[in-house]
Amino acid sequence: MTNASLIDFTLYLADSTLILGQRNGDWCGHGPVLEQDIAITNVTLDLIGQSRSFYQYAAQLIGNGCTEDQLAYWRNEREFKNALLCERPNGDWAQTILRQTFFSFYQRELFTQLLHGADTTLSAIAEKSLKEVRYHCRWSSEWVCRLGDGTQESHERMLAAVENLWPYVGELFVAAPYETALQIDTATLKSNWMDAITAVFTEATLPPPSLTSTFMHTGGKNGQHTEALGYLLAELQYVQRSYPGCEW
Amino acid sequence: MQLIRKFYYGDIPDDASGAAKAGPAKPASDWPLWEVFIRSKQGLEHKHVGSLHAADATMAIENARDVYTRRSEGISIWVVESHHIKTSAPEAAAELYEPAQDKIYRHPTFYDLPDEIKHM
Repeated sequence: MTNASLIDFTLYLADSTLILGQRNGDWCGHGPVLEQDIAITNVTLDLIGQSRSFYQYAAQLIGNGCTEDQLAYWRNEREFKNALLCERPNGDWAQTILRQTFFSFYQRELFTQLLHGADTTLSAIAEKSLKEVRYHCRWSSEWVCRLGDGTQESHERMLAAVENLWPYVGELFVAAPYETALQIDTATLKSNWMDAITAVFTEATLPPPSLTSTFMHTGGKNGQHTEALGYLLAELQYVQRSYPGCEW
Repeated sequence: MQLIRKFYYGDIPDDASGAAKAGPAKPASDWPLWEVFIRSKQGLEHKHVGSLHAADATMAIENARDVYTRRSEGISIWVVESHHIKTSAPEAAAELYEPAQDKIYRHPTFYDLPDEIKHM
């Protein structure tokens, strides 16, 4: 295991949780009802908390006085390694909730693997985060079932969300060089994730998904993103870039 | 004509938020009200902490978890649909409660406690 791979992988985990957290954060004050507004912002805060743990670890590995803030606010689009799924726009509640379900079940499988991984810091962060992630899986997948197996309109919205987001899930299971170096078993991740998602889709009366039925985008893990990320980063990084080093 | 729309922090209107305007139109009237009871620690009773809206009991428990236990307030949650709770009538207050007011002998205040007894 090289240190560079460990840094890249840690940044992949940090970036993915930060970017999805930033996306979900847009819902704050605009959730469909007060209780769900609080629920999704709780998830958001969990994700940003996880990203801080990963950024702090990456900064420590990089050394030379690197800080979590530098990593979050002073890297450009091409340096971000987040999964493409995380940067996709919020769309409606169906799309937001489905994106969360896809990612939370992925996190659950990945963090379970990290528990037994060689790096003790990543295992410790994974262990702490898994409790949060299990709740995210439960909360978001229940919403997929409610909307999928709800009214005609909610079913149609969920179908549209699946069509919109499905091309971005394949990337999760294509190992980046740093994942191969760290011996992340993407094949097991994929089959466990597919089993879990298939079960959710069955209960939600959605057609069974297939990873081979459509073109899958890749690139996020290596810094090639959709156009959506640039706008997101502009907003996320604006204050630090305009007033370097400013503190709240 | 208003050319510049000025927003204050936390006051961005929905049409400018970037978030979608999905979801039920009038959930507050569609979803029933639930009363929430939280047990703060083992051995203590569940206490009423407030109410919230939810589509069913499962969602009510999760909403209660998110709304009322974010700061580690509890280890157990009960929810019950508000309409299942029968309340005493306010106009019956006189006959229900006032007769107890002059029965001071019902308070155990006429006993001398030995100094050795603590926590009474």
